[in-house]
Amino acid sequence: MLPYKSHNEKITLLKNGSLDLVENVKYFLSEIEKRKSLNCFLEIFSDDVIQNAEIISEKIKTGKAGKLAGMVIAVKDLLSIKGKRMTCGSKFLENFYPIYTATCVQRLLNEDAIIIGKTNLDEFAMGSSNENSAYGIVRNPVNEAYVPGGSSGGSAAAVAAFQCDVAIGTDTGGSIRQPAAFCGVYGLKPTYGRVSRYGLTSFASSFDTIGAFARTTYDVAALMEVISGYDEMDSTSVKYDVDNYSEDIKSFKKFRIGVTSSLIHEAYSPEIKSKWIATIEKLKLLGHEIVYIDLPHSEYSIAAYYILTTAEASSNLARFDGARYAKRSNESKDLSEMYINSRSEGFGAEVKRRIMLGTYVLSSGYYDAYYLKAQKVRRIIKNDFDKCFKQVDAIIIPTTPTPPFKIGEKTENPLEMYLSDIFTTTANLAGIPGISIPVGHSENGLPIGIQLLADQFNESTLLQLSRQLEMYNYL
Amino acid sequence: MNQKYEAVIGLEVHAQLSTITKLFCGCSTSFDAQPNTNVCPICLGHPGVLPVLNKKVVEFAIKLGTALNCGVNHKSIFARKNYFYPDLPKGFQTSQYELPICGYGFMILKDDGEVEKKIGITRIHMEEDAGKSIHDQSGFTFIDVNRCGVPLLEIVSEPDLRSASDAAVYLIKLRQIVQYLDICDGNMEEGSFRCDANVSVRLKGEEKLGTKTEIKNMNSFRNVEKAINFEIERQIEILEDGGLITQQTLLWNADKNEAAPMRSKEEAHDYRYFPEPDLMPVVINKNWEAEIRKLLPELPEAKRERFIKQYNLPLYDADILTQSKAISEYFENTIQFTFDYKLVSNWIMGDVLKILNERKISISDFSIGPQSLGNLLELISTGQISGKIAKDVFMEMLLTKKEAEVIVKEKNLLQISDVTKLENIITDILQRNNSQVKQYLNGEDKVVGFFVGQIMKETKGKANPKTVNELLKQKLNSKRPN
Ligand SMILES: [Zn+2]
Repeated sequence: MLPYKSHNEKITLLKNGSLDLVENVKYFLSEIEKRKSLNCFLEIFSDDVIQNAEIISEKIKTGKAGKLAGMVIAVKDLLSIKGKRMTCGSKFLENFYPIYTATCVQRLLNEDAIIIGKTNLDEFAMGSSNENSAYGIVRNPVNEAYVPGGSSGGSAAAVAAFQCDVAIGTDTGGSIRQPAAFCGVYGLKPTYGRVSRYGLTSFASSFDTIGAFARTTYDVAALMEVISGYDEMDSTSVKYDVDNYSEDIKSFKKFRIGVTSSLIHEAYSPEIKSKWIATIEKLKLLGHEIVYIDLPHSEYSIAAYYILTTAEASSNLARFDGARYAKRSNESKDLSEMYINSRSEGFGAEVKRRIMLGTYVLSSGYYDAYYLKAQKVRRIIKNDFDKCFKQVDAIIIPTTPTPPFKIGEKTENPLEMYLSDIFTTTANLAGIPGISIPVGHSENGLPIGIQLLADQFNESTLLQLSRQLEMYNYL
Repeated sequence: MNQKYEAVIGLEVHAQLSTITKLFCGCSTSFDAQPNTNVCPICLGHPGVLPVLNKKVVEFAIKLGTALNCGVNHKSIFARKNYFYPDLPKGFQTSQYELPICGYGFMILKDDGEVEKKIGITRIHMEEDAGKSIHDQSGFTFIDVNRCGVPLLEIVSEPDLRSASDAAVYLIKLRQIVQYLDICDGNMEEGSFRCDANVSVRLKGEEKLGTKTEIKNMNSFRNVEKAINFEIERQIEILEDGGLITQQTLLWNADKNEAAPMRSKEEAHDYRYFPEPDLMPVVINKNWEAEIRKLLPELPEAKRERFIKQYNLPLYDADILTQSKAISEYFENTIQFTFDYKLVSNWIMGDVLKILNERKISISDFSIGPQSLGNLLELISTGQISGKIAKDVFMEMLLTKKEAEVIVKEKNLLQISDVTKLENIITDILQRNNSQVKQYLNGEDKVVGFFVGQIMKETKGKANPKTVNELLKQKLNSKRPN
């Protein structure tokens, strides 16, 4: 067991010498080893972490350590770290070693965090169950017969299984919030443009965000504080001051919270519904005002989401062609065969499905009917949210329509799999932040998460509410 | 060309910009580097990289737009043009499609008959260049990524051109403008100024446009003219035979002097354009635009008019001198050292340009600088050497890189204008050539040339011709019996 809950406690223990960072790192390594069956990690930096732990211990002693000194972090294998293999969960990048480091990882390193390894994911972040990894499925630490969610399944599971302090994930349509809910941890997807995407392998450029998984709100706040902020290498990152999240969450500010039935379909389970209602009740008890709101166009979100993200993905993934760094097929007579064979062998089924869908919706003759129309829907959904956030500070909805499902349960039915993103994709369409908060378990003991959404750059509101609910649970 | 028909031509020109760095990364644009050395994760298209727009390119685009009378879109967007090719690392080219940076403009041309024509400019947009594929004889293809991401401006004209020579004039003028703006070196042979042509023909008086073809791969002005003429003739021939034109892309083969269709597979592209999600719209506020407009240099036409007025040069001279910015600057620098503008103009248009053409070099590589040329011509203006001697000195300057004064001194070439000295020489020659003197006195004026020749021979060409002429006529006439 760890002698601390969150990083503020850890740093105190490290400073007063009652916690040895090298031993702490070794503990995580042993936890990874113990539950190898979870398959959370694609790469473990065993030697590096011990060395770094020694260096950072020294820094802590001399009082020169950064804000995240000694925080042990797992990074989704979709982000570049110079010299460390990056597979993106794909066979195509089996032997790819990035030549630069992602801005967000660099910011962590600058604050003396320790990167313990790269986590498993759905290939190129395309999936909701982590069953689409070329390197094997990830299992839910709570019950290994179940999926951990996706696409950042490895990151969520690693945090839930105490294989690291916190983890970095990415969220294009729910890939942080959904696995956070399934694994019973906190998962924040920030505002689009809040965290630099430089070094994040693009899935859908105008949707992709980088966020955090942790076992406490404090750790999410501490991590987001460091990785957020403008980066000149990412033109879509925003020059907007980063709030002092870890301080903000100490407040007990009261908010107006919106509840909507717009997104609630028959499809979701009664267990989710009861947890959702219970959480609303808790918020009321905490003194927050509950307001009924309407998001009239949310039923179109899944369709718009899959059209736009696959369109962008079809273009973003064109660079993996076997001509340069991605693995080339041996069996080609000419250039076009090289492309066809390399891409046929390199990509998995789900990635191919989305590339085909994206290529189709951008094709001449179909562009207006699909891509352009979906862009309009996106704007309308954004407007819906803008209207809502004039009335309320946050919106509460479930994170997922059901508790975690069994491994293999939905692999034969992609459409049903896509529908598991029903509550999460809207935030990415609108570019707003969302957090999934663990609120308990289903009858058979599987975690359930509830989601809070806020207006752009109001991550602080989400973290404050998350912290208040977290405190409530300890009462 | 069959007089029944008229050609309709539009040009798409790609000007490679002479910025220091690439369009979306900090890599150098220099083209003589070792293959794959001017590269970084961004232009290599590695996973996770993002473009950052080079503002200089926007500035260059606005400059060109202004020079071509275009409107500047205060909000323009980049788009992705998707296609697979090994020298295109991202699998798409970042370009502009809807909402380019500059909209409709025009250029005024004069055709052979000096009739003015207004050629519409449809649009100017910013885009990145692709790399180079080098096909080896061994069957391998090598990729050089240095050129990837080098900024280009594509300038698309309206189909307002009516002949191959119009097209050439337009192209020359466009090149002149980009060179004046200092945004592109305009080198067609090296590919920094490239041109594709859309060509169709129709019966004169017909409103409807004919089916057009696109010709690519013309890497000189002469080839553009030849290729367009070839295509016009080819289309007319087909129509005359009752055939139909197939819309297609043709590649000009300069060795064979013909255009052949590209394989249809190569042109069957659906580029799936869509707005580039990794870049924000390019927003140009009025202040920035005004700043850039202020930086606009004097353009060729204005300079030509000024040369006529300020230096009293004939239109012909002003035209030639202002054709290239560098030449016009060379002229203006030279006249800092001598005052006979016309003499300077004559020498630049004649001797200097001849050497540049012979050696295929540009004025910046010419070894005689403006000051040296100015000093040489000043020796002529002040009567110290003759124009003829000056030509020899000029050649000597090229060879030895010495200044004119030094050569003139070393070789003792100063002109003899001393009347007494010349009179003695003339008297001597007249005495030795009595029969020719008689011929002159008998009215055979042409023997004057003979005497001048003799005098020049005697003085090794250094005699001041004007003085010689005057003195010679005096002496000869004095021998006439009264
Ligand atoms: Zn570069």
